[in-house]
Amino acid sequence: MSHREKDEHSGIDTTGHEWDGIKELDNPLPRWWLYIWYACIAVAVVMWVLLPAWPTLNGYTHGVLHQSDRVQVARDMADLKARRGAEGAMLTNASLEQIEQDPKLQTYAMAAGQAIFGDNCAPCHGAGGAGGKGYANLRDDVWLWGGSLSDIQQTITYGVRSGHPQARLSQMPAFGRDALLKPDEVNDLTEYVVALSHRKADRAAVYRAAPLYAQQCAVCHGPAGLGSQAVGAPNLTDADWLYGSDRQSIHDQIWNGRGGVMPAWTGRLDPDQIKAVAVYVHVNSGGAAAKTQ
Amino acid sequence: MSTNVQKTSDTPADVVAVIAFSAVGLIWALFASAFADDAPFRVHAYIFLGAFALAIAGLVMGLANGKFRNRQDRYADDVVKAGVYASLFWGVVGMLVGVVIACQLAWPSLFYFPQAGWLNFGRLRPVHTSGVVFAFGGNVLLMTSFYVVQRTCRARLWGGIASWFVFWGYNLFIVIAASGYVMGITQGREYAEPEWYTDLWLTIVWVTYLLVFLGTIWKRKEPHIYVANWFYLAFIVTIAVLHITNNLAIPVGPFSSKSYSLFSGVQDALTQWWYGHNAVGFFLTAAFLAIMYYFVPKRVNRPIFSYRLSIVHFWALIFIYIWAGPHHLHYTALPQWAQTLGMTFSIMLWMPSWGGMINGLMTLSGAWDKLRTDPVVRMLVASLAFYGMATFEGPVMSIREVNALSHYTDWTIGHVHSGALGWVGFISFGAIYCLVPWLWKKKEMYSNTLIEWHFWVATTGILLYITSMWVSGIGEGLMWRAYTPQGFLAHTFVESVAAKHVEYVVRMLGGLMYLSGVLIMIYNVWRTIRGDVPAETKVTALSYPANATVADATAAE
Repeated sequence: MSHREKDEHSGIDTTGHEWDGIKELDNPLPRWWLYIWYACIAVAVVMWVLLPAWPTLNGYTHGVLHQSDRVQVARDMADLKARRGAEGAMLTNASLEQIEQDPKLQTYAMAAGQAIFGDNCAPCHGAGGAGGKGYANLRDDVWLWGGSLSDIQQTITYGVRSGHPQARLSQMPAFGRDALLKPDEVNDLTEYVVALSHRKADRAAVYRAAPLYAQQCAVCHGPAGLGSQAVGAPNLTDADWLYGSDRQSIHDQIWNGRGGVMPAWTGRLDPDQIKAVAVYVHVNSGGAAAKTQ
Repeated sequence: MSTNVQKTSDTPADVVAVIAFSAVGLIWALFASAFADDAPFRVHAYIFLGAFALAIAGLVMGLANGKFRNRQDRYADDVVKAGVYASLFWGVVGMLVGVVIACQLAWPSLFYFPQAGWLNFGRLRPVHTSGVVFAFGGNVLLMTSFYVVQRTCRARLWGGIASWFVFWGYNLFIVIAASGYVMGITQGREYAEPEWYTDLWLTIVWVTYLLVFLGTIWKRKEPHIYVANWFYLAFIVTIAVLHITNNLAIPVGPFSSKSYSLFSGVQDALTQWWYGHNAVGFFLTAAFLAIMYYFVPKRVNRPIFSYRLSIVHFWALIFIYIWAGPHHLHYTALPQWAQTLGMTFSIMLWMPSWGGMINGLMTLSGAWDKLRTDPVVRMLVASLAFYGMATFEGPVMSIREVNALSHYTDWTIGHVHSGALGWVGFISFGAIYCLVPWLWKKKEMYSNTLIEWHFWVATTGILLYITSMWVSGIGEGLMWRAYTPQGFLAHTFVESVAAKHVEYVVRMLGGLMYLSGVLIMIYNVWRTIRGDVPAETKVTALSYPANATVADATAAE
């Protein structure tokens, strides 16, 4: 049944096969196609000679160029170090204060800190460090755990409630959720906190809440509500609110006692990187810089 | 008369086998729903339970009514028709989800639904990828392979209702997989996200598919096996091997939805990308080349350009593709020698890939005028052009130095979509536009103008998609590698994300246009099937044996 015939249009023979009306021409392989393919194969063979390519019984062919990604990475890192200049090495030995006061070192630390901050800190604290609800604003002089250079360095290194043994640790009770206080008492305390921040509040409620505050809250937030950086308790008298300033937000916070988590960066950033980013945060916050001097 | 009576008395063995299998499945599903370790597994057990119960009920009722009398003298085309419906349905679902997640990327706060976690990007993305690749593409492959293998072997599908089992079983797999994604069940392996029990189910279905295909080839009435069938067979066999190997895993429990891979570390990564790359190679390339090898010569009514090229490029493609996977792991923990091999085999793959394009395009010689007059031919040719572009771009991107820029960027996304939208999508649409009139015995599609519209809307959409992804991909790649003069990274990751907003909007528009094209096609198909075109009056050269019977064809010989 297989019989070759000549295709009228091209003048080429068919192979004589036919399926459902489909025939095939007996054209040779296109020359250009074949030669480009040969060239590709030649390129591959050259690469096998030059580069690490084929596995062997106890290793692999290393290639005549002896190229190695590991060696290349080490070289690239060394180049980078050279490009960053002498300041990079000085950062290791200089104290945080020295870094901040030496203009050249400070410029270097700020450049390094910006790059590190952008890829590690910005996801929570924002690209500019202004924070958000539940995430501390790093561009003002209000600090939960202290705003000195060494305080910042410690917070970055060990984190907050991170699980690291040296982490900053404190926990506000969930007064409402865990039924430590009655709903009415939480409502009264909300008014009390509103009054602390110099806003109009229900006088009767504030009066009722005063002993509760002294009993439950003053130990961390202080009798006057000024807070304590030793336990990360915010100042309740200023205009800076981690979880929002309106009554509902304050009520929610007393009810749930939320506490944020910041990871420990030791192990993920090296000590020099932590130094750089601590200086970056400290300089950008402005206010605390004055305090340390 | 007496023979008829005798025929009704013996029960078809294939139907009994499927009923028995479903009964076993039903019992398993009962146990699974009772003892399920977790809620998603229980949901899936219920879905299996319902499916098996429906299968048993339907088959028993069919038996009682005297159905399932195989008409061995006719091609099995009902399962192909069902495949047309399933392809169109899943095409819309998969592409719609694609547009939704494109919106989520373009306007992340507008399309973020914290109250409905299952609508998050991470849950929906695999619904999109599996939806278009496995649900849409898979149904197109099932139906075209069932159609083509019968015509080119002049034999009815082997196995009685086994082909229906493959069709429903495969679509059940898709439902289980997709519902699992939105419930958070995933192996975290790209294109292999379904968990172990879903994988087992697919294995059963796939092996049946292989048997149906092989059985049909076995009883063929043609002396030779047509090239399209080589490609289909390579696809079915290789996907089976890839699927089973990559999904080797140990379940946490017999009724748990969680499992752990048998491989670990870099071996695991390489197994996954050996699978991932060859899913592209054998599912999206080889199998769709099979569609090309049947529908292009049928539509333009010209012989295949070169038998020799078919043979050489087929074996070259099959042999070389399987080595190329490591190029997905450049500059990772994968040993450098493996990266070199992946790169060089990808370079050697360029011409074998192009062999299919040449054979397709040159088949038009003597019929180039159809490009102007027949929008379906234009669609098929455009698909080959996109195929050629994507299979050139792939080897370029596999070169390590290029990959250093392109990897992890949107360039990869653009590359995949020039292949998926341009090649896979257009060759599928072309096949559907050919098949619908052939299957439903109509002279032609309801409207040629609507096919023109589909072509131009979709082509513009593809161009918007891939150009926007080139711009955003190369842009972000350059941003990531930029250093300040002091030697620090110039841009944060978040800056590179913000920089892509406009490109993401353009990409979303491109996808929306492509989806609109499919909706136009569905309208056209619906009007055609409904009969708003004259019924086919004579056997035309284009669609010659579509309504012929096996007996007719044999008689004609």
